[in-house]
Amino acid sequence: MTLKIHQDHSRFKQIVRGKIKANLRKYVQKGEMIGKKGKDAISIPIPFIDIPRFKYGHKEQGGVGQGDGEVGQQLGPGAVEPGEGKQAGQGEGDHAMEVDVTLDELAQILGEELQLPNIERRQNERIITQKIRYTGVNTTGPESLRHFKRTFKQALRRQIAAGTYDPARPVIIPTREDRRYRSYKLQDLPETNAVIIYMMDVSGSMGDEQKEIVRIESFWLDTWLRHQYKGLEARYIIHDAVAREVDRDTFFHTRESGGTMISSAYKLCRDIILADYPKSAWNIYPFHFSDGDNWSADDTRQCIEMLRNDVLPNVNQFAYGQVESPYGSGQFIKDLREAVGDTPNVALSEIADKDAIYASIKDFLGKGR
Amino acid sequence: MPKSLPPRLASLRDEIHGYAKEFGLDFFDTHFEMVSYDEMNMVAAYGGFPTRYPHWRWGMEYEQLAKGYEYGLSKIYELVINNDPCYAYLMESNPEVDQKLVMAHVYGHCDFFKNNFSFRHTNRRMIDEMANHATRVRRWVDKIGVEKVEDFIDRTLSLENLIDQHAPHIRRNPDPKKAEDELKANERVEGFKVGREYMRGYINPSEFLDSQRKKVEDEKQRAKKFPERPQRDVLLFLLEEAPLEPWEADILAILRDEAYYFAPQGQTKIMNEGWASYWHSTIMTRRALKDDEIIDYADHHSGTMGTRPGAINPYKLGIELWRDIEERWNKGRFGKEWDECDDLRARRSWDKKLGAGREKIFEVRKHYNDITFIDTFLTPEFAMEQKLFVYGFNDKRNSWEILDREFKKVKNKLLQGLTNFGQPIIEVVDGNFENRSELLLAHRHDGQDLKGDYARETLRNLQSLWRRPVNILTRYDNKGALLRFDGQSHSERKVEL
Repeated sequence: MTLKIHQDHSRFKQIVRGKIKANLRKYVQKGEMIGKKGKDAISIPIPFIDIPRFKYGHKEQGGVGQGDGEVGQQLGPGAVEPGEGKQAGQGEGDHAMEVDVTLDELAQILGEELQLPNIERRQNERIITQKIRYTGVNTTGPESLRHFKRTFKQALRRQIAAGTYDPARPVIIPTREDRRYRSYKLQDLPETNAVIIYMMDVSGSMGDEQKEIVRIESFWLDTWLRHQYKGLEARYIIHDAVAREVDRDTFFHTRESGGTMISSAYKLCRDIILADYPKSAWNIYPFHFSDGDNWSADDTRQCIEMLRNDVLPNVNQFAYGQVESPYGSGQFIKDLREAVGDTPNVALSEIADKDAIYASIKDFLGKGR
Repeated sequence: MPKSLPPRLASLRDEIHGYAKEFGLDFFDTHFEMVSYDEMNMVAAYGGFPTRYPHWRWGMEYEQLAKGYEYGLSKIYELVINNDPCYAYLMESNPEVDQKLVMAHVYGHCDFFKNNFSFRHTNRRMIDEMANHATRVRRWVDKIGVEKVEDFIDRTLSLENLIDQHAPHIRRNPDPKKAEDELKANERVEGFKVGREYMRGYINPSEFLDSQRKKVEDEKQRAKKFPERPQRDVLLFLLEEAPLEPWEADILAILRDEAYYFAPQGQTKIMNEGWASYWHSTIMTRRALKDDEIIDYADHHSGTMGTRPGAINPYKLGIELWRDIEERWNKGRFGKEWDECDDLRARRSWDKKLGAGREKIFEVRKHYNDITFIDTFLTPEFAMEQKLFVYGFNDKRNSWEILDREFKKVKNKLLQGLTNFGQPIIEVVDGNFENRSELLLAHRHDGQDLKGDYARETLRNLQSLWRRPVNILTRYDNKGALLRFDGQSHSERKVEL
């Protein structure tokens, strides 16, 4: 059954995807887009279309709440919903909403939106894997692959032909010859391998907001590269003055403190590449995020040396994203630009705030490497 | 499509209907219909109506509701339309105890719709009217094209809140008061009645008549300034004065009509939800609940009453206030003697056994809206019991925090949030600003600044209706500012207030 509202619904979805009504695009607000569920399907909070009105800035407004707590106590995240509150029957208010999109769809939307080029594969597609595909039916095979429906169909056909089938008493008994089995073919699949090596600065100057930006941005990078390469691997490195490899969860949630020695991360990155990802078989993408406040000029010099000699020759693209923070000097990106900015497989990007993420993704992926 | 009730539910409805009548609720005929969850979401997205004009925002609303339901985050329990007869929807998949709760709740709403003064002027045939609106818009879509019509609706939505939210009713005809005033003014020039003709020169000396005439002239001059008085109903002003195409005017009128229909529901949210909750609770716990339903009922009831620190739950605040009023009038905790009593012990055990609570709440549900309701009945004791507080944003710590629990501040903040729905008050001041047929709006600043980017975008949309440049007078950081959009670019200049 179709509901009348489906017309309005699909129109809304088209607007959100930017297919129609470009004039409304500026009112589509981008919220957080992360949260994988299940295998491929993902729910991303896609924000709603916010028609502008004369209204107060929310933070100016405040309000009345209910519950325990001393004066001065914080309400905690998520306690206050942005927006002016719902009007009865009109159902207004600011809400992030969930839209089901598969990862592939998402990558396509991203690609369309940012007009990203498809990635030029550096390695020849030389690794061949074989994949089993069940394509047909056979009269022989193991019992575990027996095709019940076809078997019974065959038996029925035989019984009717032989005149032993009685519709009043529909008993069908398959014999040995009736049995049918699923059969498979082996298919050769060319496969390209790719690995992303994420590095993040978790020194004291990287606040929650900065990490949030890294989280969102890496999600999109991940999505795009996965769209381009089946079987993408990811490695995670965090560093302050020392670097260590961690799992994904830790990567996004750790809060360390202390100084920053970027060379420690690059060293670990180099070691990982040399140990596990031979250049001949892998497409390698190191991404490094930091607020650009390195410990010393000396350390920066070490970084650049390592990049030049060990990292850049081995990778498809090295990307450095500098997240703006109130504490950092932001010197590192300038040094990199000066030293390796001309190298074709280096992408540098400065990310001022959440809104700058899109532009930055384009910086990273726009080269098609 | 909606189905009428199966026999089992029909008999439950008759049962609940009986209890509602027994408690003295007074409502329009109420029709219940069964819908699937999908239909429920659709109807809810349409603001409770089976049909609306085509527009993507219903789709947006639907998306949110449908996803919320599918992920098990939210579920619409009750949906009722202010109409005569009232229409309400029951979800097929709900268990019986929920259906009973919803029915009882709905009868509460219907009673409120019928009796509260704010709804007196709403269209009680709104279901038909909404369908008519949909037909009209569809007809324009066929004639003008979907893009153009939808774009116009989008721009108008930007201005949808610029109606006189607290007007007792929608104004459809030219102001009758104006005509009356004119009549009076003409009388005045003729001077006082003269009984004897020879006295005329004394009673109405010519200088007096002249000065009177001049006064009338001046008044007429002033009247030319338009609008005469600042006008809150910006949409009406646009409807009457903006150079709109017939189809644009028609759609604007439709949107304005619907905005006025929904306005009273916004003005009585706390009272209305509280009232309905009070009655579902009363009917269920005193009459309708069976032993084996109590746990489920309690679970769902408390789910509805749940509070979060950063928001007011109108169901909770409403039901508690109604109960508080009932108790106070039952025990005689009001009036001069009560107010002047400082003895805490005496106050705590105060009970004059008046038993006037029920009667009082029925009276209150007639004559109040949320603002007067809170203003009159919110007491310091209540605010303390309910642990109400004012919160605000702390820029230094970058978080929301509790600012104050003082009664006066809580009450003021609450009222501020209710006045004009916590939205800025905007008026049309001049339709011929600086004698260049520009439009001038004024924001009645009450300590909070407008959101700048939103204001500019809204001006842009307003300009597309007015055609000539548009301005809004407001204040930023306590300094007067005039925002302007001339069709090409935005500008802002400082003004003395």
